[in-house]
Amino acid sequence: MINFQYLRTTSVKSAIALLLKDKNSKFIAGGTNLIDLMKRGVSAPEKLIDINHVPLKQIELVGNNIVIGALASNTAVAENALIKDKLPLLAMALNAGASAQLRNVATVGGNMMQRTRCGYFYDTEMPCNKRQPGSGCGAVGGFNRMHAIFGTSDKCIAVHPSDMCIALVALDAVVVLANSKGERKISFKDFHRLAGDTPQLDNNLKADEMIIRLEIPVNNLAKNSHYLKVRDRASYAFALVSVAAGMEISNNKITDIRLAMGGVAHKPWRLTASENFLKGKKATIENFEQAAKLAMADAKGYGENNFKLQMAPNTIIEALNVAKSKA
Amino acid sequence: MQSSDKKTNQSDSRRDFLKKSSLITAIALTPSVAVKAAENQADERFAELFEKIPLNLTVNNKACKTSIEPRVTLLDYLREELHLTGTKKGCDHGQCGACTVHVNGERVNSCLSLAVMNEGKKITTIEGLSNGDELHAMQAAFIKHDGFQCGYCTPGQIMSAVACVNEGHTNSRGEISEYMSGNICRCGAYPNIVDAIVEVSKGGTEA
Repeated sequence: MINFQYLRTTSVKSAIALLLKDKNSKFIAGGTNLIDLMKRGVSAPEKLIDINHVPLKQIELVGNNIVIGALASNTAVAENALIKDKLPLLAMALNAGASAQLRNVATVGGNMMQRTRCGYFYDTEMPCNKRQPGSGCGAVGGFNRMHAIFGTSDKCIAVHPSDMCIALVALDAVVVLANSKGERKISFKDFHRLAGDTPQLDNNLKADEMIIRLEIPVNNLAKNSHYLKVRDRASYAFALVSVAAGMEISNNKITDIRLAMGGVAHKPWRLTASENFLKGKKATIENFEQAAKLAMADAKGYGENNFKLQMAPNTIIEALNVAKSKA
Repeated sequence: MQSSDKKTNQSDSRRDFLKKSSLITAIALTPSVAVKAAENQADERFAELFEKIPLNLTVNNKACKTSIEPRVTLLDYLREELHLTGTKKGCDHGQCGACTVHVNGERVNSCLSLAVMNEGKKITTIEGLSNGDELHAMQAAFIKHDGFQCGYCTPGQIMSAVACVNEGHTNSRGEISEYMSGNICRCGAYPNIVDAIVEVSKGGTEA
């Protein structure tokens, strides 16, 4: 690993001030993705600002929102009684990701900031527009079994690997960002980006900003929620396809519905057309099948990942079925 | 004879080449800011990049004080500086769990943690688990249930297993497997590892 300068800070204000001093600096929280990338020579910051001592670990109900600090660990969120009670979809998604060891140090903010990536991004001998803009994409026409089927560009077909983020986009989370002048809020669905012509950018966080917390509106989806992750082994593997499904069913009708997918796009992929179709309809297998069909309208396979074109709708239907059946 | 001489020569020249090329690589990899600083003879900035950071932590109930480059991982610090080689380096990328230790009682992959990020924390490694010659219940259970074959992943498996029991994720064999999934065993001792954890989680009353 190339050496770097290491700094510690205890407040948001000083963290941002340190960040502004040097454009080759990065925050480090859990470090489970960043240290890995630095070992591979993919990332080489000259300065690391350790933000683990900044007090942003709160998990609490404030008014109509569940507020989660950016530095709350993935384990702390997944094991929290309030989260398990009000947002079981988030707890399920978190527990489907990584391993117990990684979840103990990985933070909410760090999980959001992990790179959208694939094997070509990690292999510095290979072309990758994300790592080195303009060098080409090894995955288009290459080994692309794990890759995207939605919102792709010929510049990059990598997928965002988070499970947590799939639940958060479904739950209409709001991201609160701070800079030296104040705070701004951005909808979770607008936080991450599609690759387009700028695959080097994974998200819309500005160079002078820091994620400080999430605000998740309380909902009535808890009872009929399910996170279904399909992967190559039973645990501790990235999703081939995953689905976050949450429904509010009253008088046999779907009154609120959230659907999002992982493992299929450069960003957490919300299935708006399917949601709009299901809203107000009965929770039947026929309607679920129709919703899954709608979700796949603009899907595109790249060869090795063509199986996802069938796996994705099947996973949507199964996730909805399981969510519906929860008593 | 001749062919073996030839081999030696080849490997010598290969070694020379590697030496030279790694030197070139080292120069190429020097952060541009350091090169710039050196050019400008800004020694202070140059020194900053290679400075050592003071580090105080408690390892297996023993206070440890050192100065360390920020890029040293907790795993390398434990193995190379403290010579606690029970903690293993497997993949070195957080994919195998062989390096699992406890930090303030929680299991983490020491390969993906910078030593300096653990300032003031309490680290427990496999060497700190037993009480003198008396094995920890999990160590004894791994022996009883034959929870290993080659043994390389075992320290990580045991540290992870102890944490798994402490966390209460032992309500079924399925739950144990799920919460032990961060520890890979190439020999495939998984069923026996789960047997050991089941026994310890039930207070040793059942096998």
